[in-house]
Amino acid sequence: MYDGGKIIAGLAVFVLLFTFPFWYNIGNAAYTKPKLELPKDAKECVEKTEWMRAEHMQLLNEWRDEAIREGHHTYKNMVTGKVYKKSLTKTCLKCHAQKDKFCDRCHESLSVHPYCWDCHVAPKGDK
Amino acid sequence: MKAIYSLFLVFALVLVALLGAGAGGMHYLFGVIIPYVAVVLFVAGFVMRVIRWGKSPVPFRIPTTCGQEFSLPWIKQNKIDNPSTTWGVILRMFFEIVLFRSLFRNTRVELHDGPKLAYASNKWLWLFALLFHYSFLTIFLRHMRLFTEPVPGFFQALESVDGMLQIGVPSLYLTDVVIVVAATYLFLRRVVIPQVRYVSLPADYFPLFLILGIVLSGIFMRYFVKTDIVSVKELTMGLVTFHPRIPEGVGTIFYIHVFLVSVLLIYFPFSKLMHMGGVFLSPTRNLANNNRMKIHVNPWNYPVKVHTYEAYEDEFREKMVEAGLPVEKPLEQQPENKE
Repeated sequence: MYDGGKIIAGLAVFVLLFTFPFWYNIGNAAYTKPKLELPKDAKECVEKTEWMRAEHMQLLNEWRDEAIREGHHTYKNMVTGKVYKKSLTKTCLKCHAQKDKFCDRCHESLSVHPYCWDCHVAPKGDK
Repeated sequence: MKAIYSLFLVFALVLVALLGAGAGGMHYLFGVIIPYVAVVLFVAGFVMRVIRWGKSPVPFRIPTTCGQEFSLPWIKQNKIDNPSTTWGVILRMFFEIVLFRSLFRNTRVELHDGPKLAYASNKWLWLFALLFHYSFLTIFLRHMRLFTEPVPGFFQALESVDGMLQIGVPSLYLTDVVIVVAATYLFLRRVVIPQVRYVSLPADYFPLFLILGIVLSGIFMRYFVKTDIVSVKELTMGLVTFHPRIPEGVGTIFYIHVFLVSVLLIYFPFSKLMHMGGVFLSPTRNLANNNRMKIHVNPWNYPVKVHTYEAYEDEFREKMVEAGLPVEKPLEQQPENKE
């Protein structure tokens, strides 16, 4: 091999970089799904759990636009027709009172940084 | 035709994942076995290909010279485009790899009435190639949030920069838009420009469509056909910690995305995509132009058995003289010396 030293060194750097996730996690505790603390006094959310899991961010975005910019303040459940007030603080946080035990668990695990709290006052969660 | 053939090949791959993981429910095969096989083949194939390149000798110094070479002291040398030292080469390679400097010199040739031949600057390929590669890199690094726990700050910072416009939710990544635009340009360029279309092969179209397929399936998964991302992270973390498991609730779109990525990884070492490693081994770029300062010996030169004229004449002098051929050393002196 010609210039073997340089080529092998370059390859070693490449393999080391590419396999980064395999050695970065060595020694860390095995990954487990974040556990959410569900509200004790409420049985159901504004929509079904699976739907909320996938679409909650879009729902909140629409609520913001409709409530603040268009003045529509009521939301009807798509199945049962139950009516809710479109409000992060008054509807969502009424049940999910502690964001650090609900919202943040998944968001932190997946490195998602929603900008809800740029405007809203984050609940203290020290109850 | 070559483009359509490649497009249908990618469609077929999507169909394989759709039927296998979606309808067939072979989640373990598509979520664990194929990705592992792909990573092993990618790394091993990449290393073997580079080593094979490393074994081939470079008998001549063949740097492309794109500027004034090192010469007399009052002639200004172009140290980047015609380097004569190792540091010059390092600088040249740096600009080549990071900014695609040689692509920036790309020109367009036009034949006008007259006939007149005209050359013009052509920067579009450089621009979109740069956008494409940097978007790809950013997207690749962004995905590390699914393969690390806790996620290092660097990847988080990269992600917030990428999503800084805060358009919609999940917030739109700039690189998602840029890579689709850039890859589309790279494809259209091959179809629209007749000369480029003429030299384009399935091996050119297929990787483009495959990457577009990966990008579009990823965009679909993020913005439209949602899947349970927490379960996805459980799966990906299982892969990188060698405790593979298939959690509930991972959608078919995820398996399509992962299958296409696996195909890309397997295809990579066998394809033109190896320019990723090859750029470092290009003798036209990574050699210093010191042809006139140092002696460069062909590495496969071996000691050749030579029969010089002097030795030849010594061997045949008597016969040459007998035949009347001219000789350099006359024959008469030898017997005298002997006696």
